[in-house]
Amino acid sequence: MSLLQVQNAAFRYDGKDVVTGLNFTVEHCDYLCIVGENGSGKSTLVKGLLGLKAPHNGTITFGEGLTARQIGYLPQQKESQRDFPASVQEVVLSGTLNSLGVRPFYTREQKKNALTQIERVGMLPLKNAAFRELSGGQQQRALLARALAATKMLLILDEPIASLDPVAAADMYRLIEEINRDHGVTVVMVSHDPHAAAHEAKSVLHLENRQLFYGTSADYRKSEIGKRFLGGEGR
Amino acid sequence: MIDTIREMLSYPFLVRAIVVGLLVSLCASLLGVSLVLKRFSMIGDGLSHVGFGALAIASVANIAPLTLAIPVCIAASFLLLRMSESTRIKGDAAIAMLSAGALAIGVMVVSMTTGMNTDVYNYMFGSILSLSSADATLSIVLSAVVLVLFVLFYPRLFAVTFDESFSRATGIPTRAYNAALATLSSITVVLGMRMMGALLISSLIIFPVLTAMRIGKKYLSVTLLSAVVAIVGFILGMVVSYVYEAPSGASIVCVNIVLFLLFAIADAIRNAVTKK
Repeated sequence: MSLLQVQNAAFRYDGKDVVTGLNFTVEHCDYLCIVGENGSGKSTLVKGLLGLKAPHNGTITFGEGLTARQIGYLPQQKESQRDFPASVQEVVLSGTLNSLGVRPFYTREQKKNALTQIERVGMLPLKNAAFRELSGGQQQRALLARALAATKMLLILDEPIASLDPVAAADMYRLIEEINRDHGVTVVMVSHDPHAAAHEAKSVLHLENRQLFYGTSADYRKSEIGKRFLGGEGR
Repeated sequence: MIDTIREMLSYPFLVRAIVVGLLVSLCASLLGVSLVLKRFSMIGDGLSHVGFGALAIASVANIAPLTLAIPVCIAASFLLLRMSESTRIKGDAAIAMLSAGALAIGVMVVSMTTGMNTDVYNYMFGSILSLSSADATLSIVLSAVVLVLFVLFYPRLFAVTFDESFSRATGIPTRAYNAALATLSSITVVLGMRMMGALLISSLIIFPVLTAMRIGKKYLSVTLLSAVVAIVGFILGMVVSYVYEAPSGASIVCVNIVLFLLFAIADAIRNAVTKK
């Protein structure tokens, strides 16, 4: 059974279709990149996958014991977070909230899990550093660690490199690939970066208020829509 | 100073005021951490003006002031929350409009009936003498509730304050948390208004956090430091008010300004030293 199966799904806002005809599956260890222009329905689909918005039509089914709450989510960064007083450890620890249940405080296992994730993203020396004093790339790593603290199975990353310089972006891609390959965590990444779809991910879902393309990234590079989106880059 | 404090504590009404004031300052500073970081500071200001309007009407209509002001403020807080979240109308402008409007209505109601008496004056600028023992009991109980809830929900409050999108994805009902935050803030504002006055109460929410943020780098240290600043600011303010016979609210705010400047200077010095 697939980790995630979307069948004939459509989403609406205020009675207007935002995105329709979604048909794709995410298998264990997949690395799917969702691409498309702004307003193409990417964010809406993410909300749907996270269980924050019900599809107007069709179904989203989770397999292998996954639920929407056990997805590790990396949202787009907000302006107000940049000067937020918090340590890396505090931020990552909040990722384990979904396993808190009815308890008021974090358990020792949750704290250990947070440290493990901080180590995984290579931030252990900075675990007590102030979040607001980190570089953009380091902040993104900390938020990735928080997402990892929330999941063992599936990460959803919303524009993870949007505000990063090229070096930090390359670092981030390497880290995501490593997590996907070595730790067996499935990755669904939303991006407007065609390079990510064509070269980083294993499969591609291209949206334009409907599903334009779904398949492997190799096929995407050869497809009409892929060539158009990638510009001169596709061959 | 110890002698002054001992002398102050020999007046029962002052003891009552100090206990209530300490609890309210503590609540305000803790809630303030979330409010300020979530960019909701204006809500505290808006609430205090609505609270003034409600208290003015209550005093004219001869209703127990808190029984009218607390529900009205809670209702207003939901409205303010909606306004600040709304992207259609300018949230900050709408809040400014509501607070000025509520203040004006309060003043009109009072001036057309009883005239501007000491009661109304006290609601504006605060007076520790206006606190009845029933008010004090209610204040103590409600402050205790706010403090217990704050501690029990600390990890979730952090998450909701830091990142609403992420919190929602992990299943936290963020809207309910915002509503709870608004409700608790309304209660705190109304309780604190008697002492600080409508014009100054929002400073109890805003000053300690901003002061703590000069020095604190972690969320926990900012929270604790903010509580300490609030308590120290309140006690020093009360002493100043007692010694110089100045209004308590203004004295507390002035002490808070001094504390803020001291922390800002300490921060600047530290930055200069670490850069070398």
